[in-house]
Amino acid sequence: MPRYLVVQAPEDGVRLITLQRPEALNALNTELLAELAAELDSADRDPAIAVVVITGNRKAFAAGADIREMAERDLVGILNDPRVAHWQLIAAFSKPLIAAVNGFALGGGCELVMCADIVIAGEDARFGQPEINLGIIPGAGGTQRLLRAVGKPLAMQMVLTGEPISARHAQQAGLVSEVSQPELTVERAMQIGAAIARKAPLAVRLAKEALLKAADTDLATGLRFERHAFTLLAGTADRAEGIRAFQEKRPAHFQGQ
Amino acid sequence: MTFEHILFSIEDGVALLSLNRPDQLNSFNTQMHKEVREALKQVRQDPQVRVLLLTGEGRGFCAGQDLSDRNVAPGAQMPDLGESIEQFYNPMIRTLRELPMPVICAVNGVAAGAGANIPLACDLVLAARSASFIQAFCKIGLVPDSGGTWQLPRLIGMARAKALALLGERLSAEQAEHWGLINRVVDDAALRDEALSLARHLATQPTYGLALIKRALNASFDNRFDQQLELERDLQRLAGRSEDYREGVAAFMDKRQPAFKGR
Repeated sequence: MPRYLVVQAPEDGVRLITLQRPEALNALNTELLAELAAELDSADRDPAIAVVVITGNRKAFAAGADIREMAERDLVGILNDPRVAHWQLIAAFSKPLIAAVNGFALGGGCELVMCADIVIAGEDARFGQPEINLGIIPGAGGTQRLLRAVGKPLAMQMVLTGEPISARHAQQAGLVSEVSQPELTVERAMQIGAAIARKAPLAVRLAKEALLKAADTDLATGLRFERHAFTLLAGTADRAEGIRAFQEKRPAHFQGQ
Repeated sequence: MTFEHILFSIEDGVALLSLNRPDQLNSFNTQMHKEVREALKQVRQDPQVRVLLLTGEGRGFCAGQDLSDRNVAPGAQMPDLGESIEQFYNPMIRTLRELPMPVICAVNGVAAGAGANIPLACDLVLAARSASFIQAFCKIGLVPDSGGTWQLPRLIGMARAKALALLGERLSAEQAEHWGLINRVVDDAALRDEALSLARHLATQPTYGLALIKRALNASFDNRFDQQLELERDLQRLAGRSEDYREGVAAFMDKRQPAFKGR
């Protein structure tokens, strides 16, 4: 049983993970991060799960790492930091990951948001990388994924000043896909999750992989991957079903084969 | 925190906040800012509160910033007025606008500078017949703050907004009502009672629904039509889940007065 997570399955094929460490604004201590990585790893291997939604509470999605824990680590401690492996597992999750963000998403919280594929933010959400204020820098993708998400000038401003940005600003910049009423972020994320869960699972998986390729390869390689993936799907039963259902003007019933 | 420069009470769902530096026409100094901030925090956190009434003691409502608080002696360093706006005025204005309940302003007398714009951040504004609104900023080389440059053109149109802001002329309460800047002019002696009875009425209404209405209207100037339709859909979804909506429908069906709880 995880101590800092609440795991629910409110919709067919969708798992909802709620970060629950309210006393620390959901700061991502190592135990929480380990639980989250383990949960995503098991969801990845569970064929009944198509999509995972991650959320926090109204006040905070996650307000950074655990500062006390960080203070205790020296150079060698950081070199052997188990968190790196947890972050790798989280980033490697192969199914769609949706973040429903209310309140603060700072430091590690913002980095976790950037591991998600789709981000629904409540109007009062705030995104930032305040590590610089502590004499450190983002250590879980904050300098890399942020630049890819929002471009250099805004990424530099956020990382070098530590000042957070609003949900609207984050949406304009491309960090957030949709802004919602705070009371409805989880519901909206669940709706999107449920919609994706009804699609052909193999197509969803390859689509996500192809999109992620766009971020870290050159265009020619990305296009080649896309074409291979497109070809792979030609052999699936779900493709035949999808096309047939479209022609027969009825909903498709996908089997994941 | 005991209050020196404001009067603050909560009774039967009505929070009454009265600016209380009558000798200085209730102008803001740092202490008064801190007290208002504390009172607004209590309003926000107390689930019993269902309406806020803001007014002033004495003959003025609020004369804006207390200028004797500002050091502008010839040799002194240039002040950073943005700092006090960031720290005090803007958070106060945002809070008034975003409080999840109706906010009534009873403008009991002259409202100048920031004091003229604070009422515009409230939801319903009553003014004493003798009250007046003065965008005094231009007379000392400053810019209307506390949301004035945003609210004025939206409420009364650009031409009138520019005249008020550039000339700093006194706008009477009656003219303000005529222009649609405020809701209603009331005889001086009746203002406090009228405002209180309006507040008491609102304190019995479906507060959560009213808060959502306020949210929708506040967002309307920023949204495109389609966005606003989506917002209405989302807020209606929330409103439809409230206890008060159930009570409202049940009371309508039973042909009786609803007993709203504000949630």
